[in-house]
Amino acid sequence: MMPALGHLALQLLQAVLLVMIAPVAAGFVRKLKARLQNRQGAPVLQPWRDLLKLFGKEVVLAEHASWLFRTAPYVVFTATVMAATVVPALWLATPLSLTADVIALVALLALARFFMALAGMDIGTAFGGMGASREMTFSALAEPAMLVSVLVLSLHAHSTNLTAMIDYTLHVQLALHPSLAFALAAMLMIALAENGRIPIDNPATHLELTMLHEAMILEYSGRHLALMEWAAQIKLVLFATLIVDLFLPWGIATAFDATSLAVAFGVWLAKLAVLFVLLSLVETGMAKMRIFEVPEYLNAAFMLAFLGLMTYYMLEVGV
Amino acid sequence: MQFAFLLLSPLMGALLLGFLAAPRPAARLNVAVAAVTLAASLWLAVDVLAEGPHTAMGDLFFLDSFNVFLVVLTAFVGLTTAIFSGPYMHNELTHGRIDSQRLRLYHAMYQLFCFGMLLGFTTNNIGILWVSLELSTMATVMLVSLYRTTASIAAAWKYFILCGMGIALALFGTVLIFYASLHVLGHGNEALTWTLLKQHADKLDPAVLSIAFCFLMVGYGTKVGLAPMHTWLPDAHGEGPTPVSAVLSGLLLNLALYALVRCKLLVDAATGTHLAGNIMIGFGLLSLVVAAFSLHRQRDVKRMFSFSSIEHMGLMTFAFGIGTHLASFAALLHMTVHSLVKSGIFFTVGHAAQAMGTQKMAEIRGLIRHHPAIGWGLIVGTAAIAGFPPFGVFVSEFLLFTAALESYPWTVGVLLLGLLIAMAALFRFVQQMVFGEAPETARPVAANMLPVYVHLALTLLLGLAIPAFLADWYGTAARLIAGGGGA
Amino acid sequence: MSAALLHQLVNGLAALMLLVSFSLLAQHRMLAVLQWFAAQGVLLAATAALVAYGTGDSNLYISAVLALALKGLLLPWLLWRIVRELHVHREVEPLMNMALTMLIAIGLTLFAYYVIEPIERAAELLTRDSMAIALACVLLGMLMMITRRKAVTQVVGFLAIENALFFAAIGATNGMPMVVELGIAFDVLVAALIFGLFFFQIRSTFDTLEVEALHKPLVEEEEER
Repeated sequence: MMPALGHLALQLLQAVLLVMIAPVAAGFVRKLKARLQNRQGAPVLQPWRDLLKLFGKEVVLAEHASWLFRTAPYVVFTATVMAATVVPALWLATPLSLTADVIALVALLALARFFMALAGMDIGTAFGGMGASREMTFSALAEPAMLVSVLVLSLHAHSTNLTAMIDYTLHVQLALHPSLAFALAAMLMIALAENGRIPIDNPATHLELTMLHEAMILEYSGRHLALMEWAAQIKLVLFATLIVDLFLPWGIATAFDATSLAVAFGVWLAKLAVLFVLLSLVETGMAKMRIFEVPEYLNAAFMLAFLGLMTYYMLEVGV
Repeated sequence: MQFAFLLLSPLMGALLLGFLAAPRPAARLNVAVAAVTLAASLWLAVDVLAEGPHTAMGDLFFLDSFNVFLVVLTAFVGLTTAIFSGPYMHNELTHGRIDSQRLRLYHAMYQLFCFGMLLGFTTNNIGILWVSLELSTMATVMLVSLYRTTASIAAAWKYFILCGMGIALALFGTVLIFYASLHVLGHGNEALTWTLLKQHADKLDPAVLSIAFCFLMVGYGTKVGLAPMHTWLPDAHGEGPTPVSAVLSGLLLNLALYALVRCKLLVDAATGTHLAGNIMIGFGLLSLVVAAFSLHRQRDVKRMFSFSSIEHMGLMTFAFGIGTHLASFAALLHMTVHSLVKSGIFFTVGHAAQAMGTQKMAEIRGLIRHHPAIGWGLIVGTAAIAGFPPFGVFVSEFLLFTAALESYPWTVGVLLLGLLIAMAALFRFVQQMVFGEAPETARPVAANMLPVYVHLALTLLLGLAIPAFLADWYGTAARLIAGGGGA
Repeated sequence: MSAALLHQLVNGLAALMLLVSFSLLAQHRMLAVLQWFAAQGVLLAATAALVAYGTGDSNLYISAVLALALKGLLLPWLLWRIVRELHVHREVEPLMNMALTMLIAIGLTLFAYYVIEPIERAAELLTRDSMAIALACVLLGMLMMITRRKAVTQVVGFLAIENALFFAAIGATNGMPMVVELGIAFDVLVAALIFGLFFFQIRSTFDTLEVEALHKPLVEEEEER
């Protein structure tokens, strides 16, 4: 019984770690961007402080807000945290690994997005409705792309289970797989879009007319706002972990002992740091695209994912 | 030796004519070069008849009775067209439609076209066959756009783009054949050498060759002018100078069909089924019917006769598709008489259009009164192409019907219907142009009707009695084609 | 170089080839089209050089040099000069709906796979090769010729088809015989020259490079009659 309990504890610890690290990661990216723009920037822990402060503030509700508006933050936060729980970050064979299915993962994220859009429309302001409609339009394009790019990996591993996929990548003989390269490129593009990062959306401002994510949560305040912001930060780390898991899983612990777990933790942090440095470079180097160019961007991501699928069938089956 | 003459004379001719600007000497040189080519081809034919099929210059060239007969036909029509184009192009020069620079281009490209044709017929390498077909296409593109009018440039562009796409598919088919033969014949030239491919056809992968044939069919079929890929053909014929229309219809389409038949033989031998033949029958019948109905909608005389070419290429494709000895015999004979008659008709039509100053059939009237030779030439040529009894076309179509009745009886109805509809259209338009009063605007032309008479006389001869040596020749070629067939 | 590694590298290049073909189809601007076209040429040269190194067939080095010089540098440069001289380089091309084009492109790729698949199964090889991708690129080139309105882009489509065929010859069969390859290269060069000539003629007689204008005289003549 004891090892099982230990395993469960580790699973929980892993999820808690991911959730706790998320605001720090957001602060890290902000700091990096500030330094790249020759600014001093807020401290790395600033997002944590913001969250704590928001939790202490009173909630101001709009006159027309229904129960939907009030429950949405909890649903969004819970769905995101659940998604975070199933993604292996440190250890491969977690007790809940059987539930760690990528399609379920995509569905959980879709649920969160759905409630966020509902809440945006519920309040009845122009901004909320606009943000919601845009968000849903783009997600209709982004989700197929993400599913197809995940599918490429699943085809390689013959499973949609995350643990099985990671296990496959860890043990497969090293070879050139053009399909995986395409899938990775598509996944990176989708990750930028899904998290509202710069070529698609600007996470730092409420002022742009083209904003998506910020428009939907414009009416939130107090602990509701804190939950929404936190969920967005978790989602960023979640995507980063997912990409790292699927494409570069080396270093993740396969055995349950202290050294390999410690190594896995260090490697995970290092990989996240590298990804976030790349992210801040992209965000600094690129301009936000105009809103009607976004579908084309997402189409391109879809085409890349599809090319991955086609090259898998055309070149790699039977290799 | 004969070979050197056959291929080098048009090539050198093209080079020389490229530098010769004076119109009259250039026209004479053109005829002389074509005559040398014809002499060389006859010499070759005698050799092949005496010795049987053989390869030349290593395995690079290959001659059997099938292609040597086409070589002679090409050289012959090449010569008569050169004779015809002398006065015709001179008329165009005096009417101011072209200048002497363009005439120089015309002569050079004409000989380059002949070179491409002869190379295509004699080469033993299906890759080179593709290259030469593309070469003659490009030469004719330049010829079609010779007048530099909006319509001729548009027609040339359409011709180039459509045939470029078609020919690309044919190249893909060729690559697929190479891909199949790689495992059998190794990596060198041998893998595309037709004779070797034919020898080892049973070892080639049938699945690959079936797919390759689909590409070759669509690709070369575009050049043959088979429906539904035929849309470039009427434009190119209608807008180019008349000698070019004559060689396009009379020769280039033959080369494309020849390439297709060569590939069919390989595919048949490899697959052992009649798949390729059935595909060809389908395309052939479709082209026949489409062309027959389109004939009625034409208003331009050259476009009308180009639809008639589509119709007859459809017939030949159909006949080669049946693939029996009799059908192949009919197809070869039809190829000969169609080339002769159709180029003869285009010569006549060209002079008629010059005399009337227009190609519109509604404005061409009273040819018999205005210029009896042209009028009678047109009406006799039309009778010949429509398949009236004393002419060769009748014989070949009769043989074709017999062959179709033997193997595919249900197609005879379609054939008959198509031919009747086409005949109705031809006569409906031609009798209007030939009879009646000539319009005031008609001008006298210096017409050289000799090539027309020669062509029609030969067709008549082939209709009355095929000379024994020629019948033998067709028989050998037909056996060659049918022997490889699955039927 | 081991056969397996060579095969993998060629397959990687095939995947890139497919990517380039799709990108070529998706471009709006003339300069971008020509850049991708040049990239395709360079990719071809790389493939030829790789196969030459891998198989030790020194003839293929000639092909590689030819591809680089002709398709990677000369033709894009020539086309760019023509485009600049005719002042069509700034124009954003009106296209068929991009999403629809892409959907058709996906369909064509699937079709290519469907056509070639039985061959590869029948060939009983342990490895797959790039024939299906080459066919897909040929079909994509045709799609480009059909959906574009400018004469120049039609020509790029035509040349892209030639590139794909060259790739089929190099990637899937390790090179056609030298005679054939030289013949094809010569044909392509002549075709490009004729195209170049045509641009100026079309421009001077029609005052535009839109292909639709080209259909007009033929249609008008038809109606007039």
